[in-house]
Formats: sequence, C-alpha cells, structure tokens
Amino acid sequence: MIELSDGGIASTVQDRGRFGQYHIGMPPSGAMDQYAHTVANYLVGNAADSSTIEMTYQGITATFHEDAVIAVTGADMSPSINGEPIKTWTTHAVESGDELEFEFATEGARAYLAVAGGIDVPEVMGSQSTYTLVGIGGHEGRGLEAGDKLSIGDQPDEASDFVGTQVADEHIPNYADEDTVRVVLGLTSYRLTDESKEQLCNAEWKVSAEADRVGYRLEGPDLEFKEREQPFGAGTDPSNVVDLGYPVGSIQVPQSPIVLMQDAVTGGGYATVGTVISTDRGRLSQRQTHKSVYFEEVDVEAALDARNEQEDQLEQIRSEIRSEI
Amino acid sequence: MGTERITPAELPDPRYEYGADDHVFVELAEEMSFTANFKAMAITQQVAEREIDGIVENCPANASYMVRIDPDVIHPDEVIAELKEIEASIDIENYEWETRIIDIPVLFADPWTHETVMEFRERHQDPDATDLEYSAELNGFDSAEDFIDAFVGAPHMVTMVGFVPGLPWCFQMVPRSEQLEVPKYVEPRTDTPSRAVGFGGAFSVVYPVQGAGGYQLYGRTPVEVLDTDQTLPDFGDSMVLPNPGDILNYRRIDRDEYDAIREEVEAGTYEYTYETVEFSTDEFFESPHEYNEQLVEVIE
Repeated sequence: MIELSDGGIASTVQDRGRFGQYHIGMPPSGAMDQYAHTVANYLVGNAADSSTIEMTYQGITATFHEDAVIAVTGADMSPSINGEPIKTWTTHAVESGDELEFEFATEGARAYLAVAGGIDVPEVMGSQSTYTLVGIGGHEGRGLEAGDKLSIGDQPDEASDFVGTQVADEHIPNYADEDTVRVVLGLTSYRLTDESKEQLCNAEWKVSAEADRVGYRLEGPDLEFKEREQPFGAGTDPSNVVDLGYPVGSIQVPQSPIVLMQDAVTGGGYATVGTVISTDRGRLSQRQTHKSVYFEEVDVEAALDARNEQEDQLEQIRSEIRSEI
Repeated sequence: MGTERITPAELPDPRYEYGADDHVFVELAEEMSFTANFKAMAITQQVAEREIDGIVENCPANASYMVRIDPDVIHPDEVIAELKEIEASIDIENYEWETRIIDIPVLFADPWTHETVMEFRERHQDPDATDLEYSAELNGFDSAEDFIDAFVGAPHMVTMVGFVPGLPWCFQMVPRSEQLEVPKYVEPRTDTPSRAVGFGGAFSVVYPVQGAGGYQLYGRTPVEVLDTDQTLPDFGDSMVLPNPGDILNYRRIDRDEYDAIREEVEAGTYEYTYETVEFSTDEFFESPHEYNEQLVEVIE
C-alpha cells in the first residue's frame, strides 16, 4: 500500500482510457502522455494498459508500506527516495517505509509513476482511469489528496528482475525543445477564412493558464470566420455550427483555439478546424503554461506513419528492457 | 396546427473528413433538420449493427456523426468506404427504430434557475427580462405562459448526447414553422444548477451536473439524466438516461409534485415513466401532430 502525505497539484490514476462511451458524452480519459505512461509500465514489467499515477507540475509525496518496484517517466520532477535523488526512466526498488518525493517540474508538465502490479483501483466501464468531472474511476473518482491510501496490484514474480533497467537516451524526449505538434486540418475548417487557416499554421501560439485534462487553450492572433447567413439551429455567433461531435485532439475555435484532450467535452456548437495527430497530443500535454506551440500541417498518411513509428519505438523499448533483465 | 406535414430536407453530399489518424467525421448538412438527424442516427445504428472491426466509438450528432477508429486495425479510408456504402443503402423516409417515450416533469420558473438567471443578467441580451420572457417575446408569444405551452406542446427528440455525460440535445418534433429558436447567452455563465432545463439555437437540453452553460434557462426537472452510482432502478444498464433517438416529453408540474418526485429520487426509489415504441420517420413526416399525440398517449 502507498500512503500519500501530499497529493501534488493534479494527480490522478490513469490507464490507456475508457472506450465505447463517447456517444453518451463520456470521454476516454486515460494518460495524457500515452508514450511516457506506457514506458513507465514497461520499465516495471507491467502491461501497457496497467494504471499509473499521472502527476501535473508538482508530484505526490508518498510512503510505501510494502516493498515495491517503481519507475518514473515523463516530465522531470526530480524524484527522490528518502531524500536521495533517483534517476527517471529507470527502474528502482523501494522498501517498506521508504518515502518517495518530487520537486516542481523543470521541463515538461506531466510525470508518470508506475508500480509493478499497477495501482489497484476498481474498473469502471472497463477502465481504471479517473474522470473527475462526474467523479468516476481512479481513486474515489477524484484527484489524489494527502491521506489517501492506494493499494498496489499483485506484483509479478519477476518484478524485481527489472530493477536497474533503463531506457536508452535516444528514447527519452527532450520536452524543452518539442514545440511543434502536427495537425490534420479539416472537420469544419471551411468556416475559417483562407488567411486564418494559414495563420493557424504559421502563428506562434502560447499555452494559456487554461490548460488541463479537458483542453489546452492557446493564445495568439484572432482568427476570422467566413461570413455567411447562419444555418438553422446553429446559433448566431459566426463561430457557431449546428452542434457536432468533437474528436479527441480536435481544435475548436470559439475565438482562440482550444485543443481537446483526454477528458474532452465530447461535442458542442463551436467550429472545429483540425485535429492534432494521436502521437502529438502527448507532446502537447507536456508543454508548460506560457510556452510556445506551433501547428504543422500534415496529411493523414503522415499521421499514420508517425503513429506506426511510435509503436515500433515502444516495442523496441520493451524488448530492450526485457533483454536487460 | 393539424394538417401540416414535414417535407424531408434536401441534403447536400456528405463531407467525409479525417479527425487525424484515429477519427472520421462526417457532416451530413450545415443546417439542422429531421432528415439530417435521422440519417445520422440511421447510419450510426447500421455501423453498430455491422460490428466493424477497429471502430472504437460511434457517435451520432445533430446533423453529423463521427467514429473513432483504431488505425492499427483499420485504415481511415477503409472506414470511409464502408460509411459511404452504408450511406447509399439507407432510405431515410422509410426508416424505423425502437425508441423510448420518456416523461420529463419540469417545474418552470423554479427558484433555483431563477436565482442563476438573475445572477448572470449582465451576460444576457435582455438584462431587464427573464430568459422565459425574452424567449417568449423573440418567438412572438404574448406571455411566458404561452411560450411554456408551446415548449411542452409537443415532445422533443434526443438528437445527440454529449458535451458532458448524459446531456441530451433535443429537437422539438414540430414543423419548422412552429419551431422555437433563441440565441445562447452573449457570454456563457460560469454556473448552472444541475437538472436545469435550457434552450439554445433550436435545441432544448437538460444539464446533468452543475457547471458552465450558455443556454436560456426555463426550469428544473426533479429527475436525473445522469446517475454515476447507478442507484436508481432505471440506471441498471447505463449511467445515463437519454440515448440518441429517445423522445422526451416535458410536462409542466407544480412545486408539490416537484418535491414529491425529488424525495423519491433521493431515496433511490423513483421509477421513470416511459414506454418503448417503434418510431416511423414516414408516419412522423406525414402528420407530425397526430403522430406525436399517439406517441405521448402511451405514457399518459
């Protein structure tokens, strides 16, 4: 069992996500940075869909009440055990009584703590992910707080063999440099003027303070809509369309763009103008408030290639880890 | 009233769009119509029936729909080809589906939404009127009472569920000439009571949870549309009550009935009044008012 003396800023239990419920307004939730989440699991010998603890900017402080095998990936929050710094993207053994602590994130915004055996919380609709808006999944459907006690799932026998394994440098993202996210334009982008479409891909956008698991609001130039007589049912504002479904990763433009993330609002009446490709949603979730973001237009084949590359990379990481044990 | 039929809308060719590598979005029309919505529902029902490998989510919306796919299993272009084939095979004028007619009691001009309406007056088009008074005037009614009569005078079809879990968008089942239409707030509110009944564009909604919102507010229902603990007997299979294609019949109630129902809901014993019927688009288009009366009769 892990006992928290500090829950950090916005820490939740997450796995790959909850699927098949979007039509009733239930977003997938799940880890914002699926790459870092998956690697953390691989480091401790878990399957990719085991749950981890996602921490935002400031991590938890926790005491382990049993021996465990852990790994921390994602943003660097300078983790330490009993005051001794430990390496990230590396597997460590902790003993009962050990205290794990984090500092404020230096680069990147979200770190993932995986424990061999996973975090043992009940599944809701096939997933352990927390969706705080309606209070389901994870630990009591909410963010973690001081005093919370989290059970660890059954530790695989060979878990201790993973201690000391680490991810090669070439697979560790440099969050400070990753300011570009790739986008497939489309959806209802016909609402934007040609100039604004160009602007979307050329302008420097800044992550605003309103950036969370639901969406990332970006600040930059004002976008303009083509003039039209609004169709019946759309509403009066030029940014309004007849309410439609919002893909996860889609960019809606009430005025300044909002990129919808894992706890997305699933639909609404604002024009959507494109979708951040699946691999780059995780990169965007690691951009800190006030940092720059650029959109790079790609076609769907490039998006599929990027996805396949990332999957190959994850498979390579998994086999490299397995060859070390 | 009485004889007007609904003429099916002429729809443009659907627009198939990639939502990056893992979604396909299909816009059936830019304008809202029953034809567009029924088509979205028919296509997504067929998608569900075919159990296509690699389709992870399947979501009808008001005049569009989208699917989420697993590109490791199926290429977006293969999905689009299949969706086009389904689209070509559907005859929307002779389409039927099983739907529920659900009784939704509403206390109009209730004290809770009234307080919210007053609190956010400066964000409204007409700060000196209530949302009901404003909507009544805009739609050519003499009083808020007459507007409410029209609002409850015909059932509303759930054309989309989303934004947050359990929130139904509903389109009133009347010819275009009788449809109500109002703008959303100039600036969205930061607060709305849970179970508030609102209206924006041409859609009525029930807010499942307390939160932001921009629709005109008219009343509050004592019944839940979302029950995450699945305590109420009608939530055994799902956390949410309304499904796309269901029909909500808003019914005006007084404070005593509101309190009585609320007590049952809080005790976890309330059972919804609803009946399952076969909905025929053809019969509805042919004589909407008579057909609505038949539909609503089953729960009266």
